[in-house]
Amino acid sequence: MERNALIQKLEDKAPRYRVDILEMLTEAGSGHPGGSLSAIDLISALYHGKLRHRPDEPHWDRRDRFVLSKGHGVPAQYAVMADLGYFPREQLWTLRKLGSALQGHPCKQYLAGIDASTGSLGQGLSMAQGMALASRLDGDRYQVYCMMGDGESQEGQVWEAAMSAAKYKLGALTLILDYNKGQIDGYTRDVMDLEPLGDKWRAFGWHVITIDGHDYAQILDALDESERVVGRPSIIIAHTLKGKGVKFMEENIGSWHGVAPSREEADRAIAEVRRRANLSLEEAVR
Amino acid sequence: MKPLRQVFGETLARLGAEIPELVVLDADVSKSTKTSIFAKAYPDRFHDMGISEQDMLATAAGLATTGMIPVASTFAIFGTGRAWEQLRNSVCYPSLNVKLVATHGGITVGQDGGSHQSVEDLATTRVIPNLRVIVPADGRETAQVIEHIVREVNAPCYVRLPRDGTPDVHDENYTFALGKASRLREGQDITLCACGVMVSVAIEAAKALQAEGISAAVLNISSLKPIDEEALIQAARKTGALLTLEEHSVIGGLGGAVCEVVSGVLPVPVVRIGLDDLFGQSGSADELLGHYGLTVTHAIAGAKEAIALKAESNPMRW
Repeated sequence: MERNALIQKLEDKAPRYRVDILEMLTEAGSGHPGGSLSAIDLISALYHGKLRHRPDEPHWDRRDRFVLSKGHGVPAQYAVMADLGYFPREQLWTLRKLGSALQGHPCKQYLAGIDASTGSLGQGLSMAQGMALASRLDGDRYQVYCMMGDGESQEGQVWEAAMSAAKYKLGALTLILDYNKGQIDGYTRDVMDLEPLGDKWRAFGWHVITIDGHDYAQILDALDESERVVGRPSIIIAHTLKGKGVKFMEENIGSWHGVAPSREEADRAIAEVRRRANLSLEEAVR
Repeated sequence: MKPLRQVFGETLARLGAEIPELVVLDADVSKSTKTSIFAKAYPDRFHDMGISEQDMLATAAGLATTGMIPVASTFAIFGTGRAWEQLRNSVCYPSLNVKLVATHGGITVGQDGGSHQSVEDLATTRVIPNLRVIVPADGRETAQVIEHIVREVNAPCYVRLPRDGTPDVHDENYTFALGKASRLREGQDITLCACGVMVSVAIEAAKALQAEGISAAVLNISSLKPIDEEALIQAARKTGALLTLEEHSVIGGLGGAVCEVVSGVLPVPVVRIGLDDLFGQSGSADELLGHYGLTVTHAIAGAKEAIALKAESNPMRW
């Protein structure tokens, strides 16, 4: 797709995905709105603009892999997957319910199209590394993308993988950091500061790209750049806003990590998303 | 006696020639686990992840999602202790085809001391859904187990090996089968249920008991999970008393598994030999086995205790 048309498409999709995320979480009565809304633009751009994948053939062995290591942000991934036809959109409203394929954290044994079961933080980058090693043994047939949270990078295993991915010169591996600055107990800078983050990854031997994680042109450029890097893994440090798109969440990120909105709050949030995007109610819920 | 880890390394190298999907990972102890033998033969399919067991197991999980067959190896204490949650969440929750084959299990690690002696790993692995747990008793069984889990089992497996070798307890007609105990000796008065290095101890004890007029059967329960419930119930029915022997805590390992099986179906006295809720310490393997009560002498006393309990608990029945 031509670049401007792709960006236009992503911009059209964004408010719809945000409404779906809010509806899903409200229907579920639990979940993580802040980190889903901060990640959605990155995940949308990745699926629509970069991943080679086949929704009707989710186990296609040459597909690019995507590991959502920050598994609590999975409503964002589900919203995009439903839109792409991995499963019927009605299934979104079964999120977190007994027997649902849409588990509270992504689960490959429950839902085709999920490449890794995550949820326990800090493990996804190693899994993505394993996939990238397999890709190499298989003749470099696919790229591997992993999305991690900023608070998540406080886990020691992340830095074990940072070392090993550099040792193995995994150019096929791209890590996207959703740097939304918040975690359950507050701001990352207060709980356990990560800075200087880019310097840390550079020191570990990674190619570092820093962008605004809500700017599609920057996201797409960064994904292209990372794909061109050979001989070392890349990290895209994407500065994002926790709760992006909903003002009362953006302004109080500490309260919206792991709490679903009430029906009334969700209605207010959805009205705001629609207003900002100039969407009618019918358009918003399709 | 060839160390079982040597058999493990040689078996991997042999399988590497035939199975291109076989990938081996280690965490800086490949010279000790003997995965170095595979590494030398197939350097492209060997990954030394450094001293990072968590990264190693989750990387193995990622490899397995693509159809590779990763075998990850380190010492039992680190593979199942340091990386327990990676084993649980990255490997077993999605039931990925990862084999964790750990060496240096139990107290016969010896001089390195309690920090390096895994006496809880059978409990902490047995409790994880989807995971198969196997403790081979001798070299022949070790080679068969490794080949079986690589070729035939598409699911997570934990195999625990000791540092040293063990006497042969199986002859050339033996074939390992997951979920099956092997009956090494027939007997009427008690059944000695053992795994790993304790199987040869059980056989020696049964011979000594024979000299005293006590007839003891011996079961090698190398497959702790799935466990051979049928063989255990049959043993309980036939002999009415059980003795378990393991180089592990008496909590949650083989003794626990045997009690779980018989208590629900045919409760009989079970005496458990193992570490009595204790950590190990430095010493030679033999000294430690003696110190913690894992010898033929202790097995004989335990067997007599179980037989006495049998008479006490149901004098009419026996």
